[in-house]
Amino acid sequence: MLKQKLQDVLNEPACATNQAKSTQDRRKGCSAKALVPGAAAGGCAFDGAKVALQPIADAAHLVHGPIACEGNSWDSRHAASSGPRLYRTGLTTDLQELDIIHGGEKKLFRAIGDIIERFDPPAIFVYQTCVPALIGDDLVKVCGLAAARFGKPVIPVNAPGFVGTKNLGNKLGGEALLDYVIGTREPEHTTPYDINVLGEYNVAGELWQVTPLFERLGIRLLASITGDGRYHDVCCAHRARVNMMVCAQALINLARKMEERWGIPYFEGSFYGIGDTSTALRTIARLLVERDAPADLLTRTEALIAEEEARAWTRLARYRPVLAGKRVLLYTGGVKSWSVISALQEMGMIVIGTSVRKSTETDKDRARDLLGPDARLFDQIPAREMYRMLQDGEADILISGGRTQFTALKARVPWLDINQERHHAYAGYDGMVEMVRQIHLELTNPIWTQVRAPAPWEQGA
Amino acid sequence: MAEIIAHPRKAVAINPLKTSAPLGAALAFLGLDACQPLFHGSQGCTAFALVLMVRHFREAIPLQTTAMTEISTILGGADHIEQAISNIHQRARPRIIGLCTTGLTETRGEDMIGDLKLMRARHPEWHDLSVVFAPTPDYTGGLQEGWATAVTAMVNTLVPDGEATPAGCAPAVRDQINLLAGSHLTPGDLEVLREIVESFGLTPIILPDLSGSLDGHVPDRYIPHTLGGTRLEEIRAMGRSVHTLAVGEHMRGAADALTQRTGVPFTLFDHLVGLAANDRLVALLSDLSGRPAPPSLRRRRSQLVDAMLDGHFHFAGRQVAIAAEPDLLLALSALLAGLGCTIRTAVTSAASPVLAHVPAGRVTIGDLDDLETGARGCDLLVTHAQGAEIAKRLGIPLFRAGFPLFDRLGAAHRVTVGYRGSRDLIFEIGNIFLDHRSEHAPGHPPLHHEEDDDDRTIGSQAAAG
Ligand code: SF4
Repeated sequence: MLKQKLQDVLNEPACATNQAKSTQDRRKGCSAKALVPGAAAGGCAFDGAKVALQPIADAAHLVHGPIACEGNSWDSRHAASSGPRLYRTGLTTDLQELDIIHGGEKKLFRAIGDIIERFDPPAIFVYQTCVPALIGDDLVKVCGLAAARFGKPVIPVNAPGFVGTKNLGNKLGGEALLDYVIGTREPEHTTPYDINVLGEYNVAGELWQVTPLFERLGIRLLASITGDGRYHDVCCAHRARVNMMVCAQALINLARKMEERWGIPYFEGSFYGIGDTSTALRTIARLLVERDAPADLLTRTEALIAEEEARAWTRLARYRPVLAGKRVLLYTGGVKSWSVISALQEMGMIVIGTSVRKSTETDKDRARDLLGPDARLFDQIPAREMYRMLQDGEADILISGGRTQFTALKARVPWLDINQERHHAYAGYDGMVEMVRQIHLELTNPIWTQVRAPAPWEQGA
Repeated sequence: MAEIIAHPRKAVAINPLKTSAPLGAALAFLGLDACQPLFHGSQGCTAFALVLMVRHFREAIPLQTTAMTEISTILGGADHIEQAISNIHQRARPRIIGLCTTGLTETRGEDMIGDLKLMRARHPEWHDLSVVFAPTPDYTGGLQEGWATAVTAMVNTLVPDGEATPAGCAPAVRDQINLLAGSHLTPGDLEVLREIVESFGLTPIILPDLSGSLDGHVPDRYIPHTLGGTRLEEIRAMGRSVHTLAVGEHMRGAADALTQRTGVPFTLFDHLVGLAANDRLVALLSDLSGRPAPPSLRRRRSQLVDAMLDGHFHFAGRQVAIAAEPDLLLALSALLAGLGCTIRTAVTSAASPVLAHVPAGRVTIGDLDDLETGARGCDLLVTHAQGAEIAKRLGIPLFRAGFPLFDRLGAAHRVTVGYRGSRDLIFEIGNIFLDHRSEHAPGHPPLHHEEDDDDRTIGSQAAAG
């Protein structure tokens, strides 16, 4: 079962990275490259599946495994909810030695029953992990039995960590939605303006920087998959007119299969950056109109874009004097770098280099076009080299995820957080202004001169 | 004597208190200088543990993985270990690799000791590299137990056997003592303990010593492994100390092992919080050094006594719910009960001999949900950062203690040991009580506490005394 699913997901025809590979490389899957013993970094497939599904806020999320998987990670992903809190409850079967010897299926079944009795959620997502997968606990079977017994959707998420990377896990999470959730319920009513957003997890509330724009245009977010998501909304997602795929690589399989099954066209877009936000809104409007939404949506969208862009640029203008000429090293994982690049360039900042780790060839070309011949495109910068670059003053600020935070700080160089655990929201027009404001705050913080001053005993030297 | 309640039939942990044993082992290895902890397992386990430690310490953490996949697990992972050690040896050049197993590789079962021997034979270039092996399946115990396993493994692997090697038989260094540090001590605690020991003219070898490596220093160059912490030479010299102090019941195994290898006797302290424990410490250090307690310590003792006198009014009769790993649970509940609080609810992560001494009616081996259920009507909640949501839900103030503390700055620097640390701890918690005094308004009588709680208070104080 899982084997077949993996093959299927790894062969995703719509995945650009995949298309560029030879047949042999493709067979190795997305994960084959990263795993060098003693030199590997990154989350497992379970992590990825949880990232993709946990934002469904009213559902229970139960992790079947020993304490490592959930005990070390629960409630650490800052996907925000406007209502229910159940998704933030850490739930695990916390398998003990005896469970491993006798098998964990009975315990899992009881755990599902206990959770339903205690929390009465609309659904339970049950995540497989390595140890029970290794001893042969049949997750799908137990979930099926439990669903029948308790009369509730119990969704197996079969992405044990050792099958691959976080990215693969995202996709397996998407598969679980296709197999068990989407299409299992009909919406109370539909409108010609119904869309889904896929792969936006509402980190730090970013979705809420965009939904007001939708509302002003009369566009209805039928299902958010999955940021601030609700289980029953996701069940109804098959009735949307358009799918927007935000995190390009993560849920591509979901987007493509929804098109296949229910004829929902999808496009890849981003809410990072002013230009990208406008493009996304424009594309949504165009696709909706192509599917019979009234054509005035197009003009209304243009009007909104013009107004919002003008407002954003006015607000950004005041930061330009300080930011102009400052050099940025951009080292991102998930966030599409060029969206950020164009915004930084508009501020007169110089991007001296950017990472293209998770980017496709098209992405790279685009980055090269934007940055010009001098900028460097990095696959991976070893920590030692990054430390040297920063110490030698090659950049005025590092914009990166948490992994490299301390490389910058120890080199006493300003740093801006754009990873999953960040606390500020950077999406849409307001988000871009917020990002620039944060960069400005960081660059002008009075600590930099203080912490770079020599100690009294270094004064003479 | 507390009654211990385990939940053998409970099928689901709700809001776990526990973090994993390999994480605890890795943390212990981070207290060694020039060390690289390595998980033998799938890469996700490493990523989770790494992220949690980074969030707690706000430091880059060197932690690597053997990157096992489904297939390599089934076939056996020896070649992944070999590759990982080779890669790390070449790139990071640590002096010690701390190899911890995980649930995955323990379930498969491998002859790691035998495999390591064969590898060493194949790799003469590893001659300057020590590999310390800690078996830490995720399905047994939590952070504290993993830490204990790692420290015992350090002793057994790195301290020369007194019988076997001449170095072990070398004469004792008169003013040198060993300090086996439990996982409930912060880098800040260790810094203070070192000062206390040194104030008697003694030199401590602290194992493991997070105060050297995770104290938030800003190095002037890039180092891929730990920088600071117990040095290999120091560990090798532990056999020449006159005495060993072990802090935490979970350090008993390591202390026993050290005594067996070197003959150095040990004294075990469950914790070093509060007046009585520190008096015992000072008496022992006086004894070992032949010196009286220095004036600075005497002064601090009297400050602690004063803090107890000033503070006890605000602790008396307060109801506390606390969840922590066994040794930390004992330390904090003893201090609180010792100032007149009632430990209404005590929750811990694993079985331990110290639980019987926790001054509470009963101790539940469970999760933060057990804490939440038992905390209703309490005046204070004590647990790690994951208790913040619960505190908010219940409207009860939270004193954060344990691991992880990802929503606090300076988690590594909080000091609760020694006279001064205990004094400050009393102030900190006392101030929380002061902030949350019950309002005396008409129609709002002060919280009525049940008769049986008072009975329990009397009973438990008798037990604690
Ligand atoms: S790799 Fe496996 S055992 Fe480790 S955290 Fe991921 S699912 Fe859990």
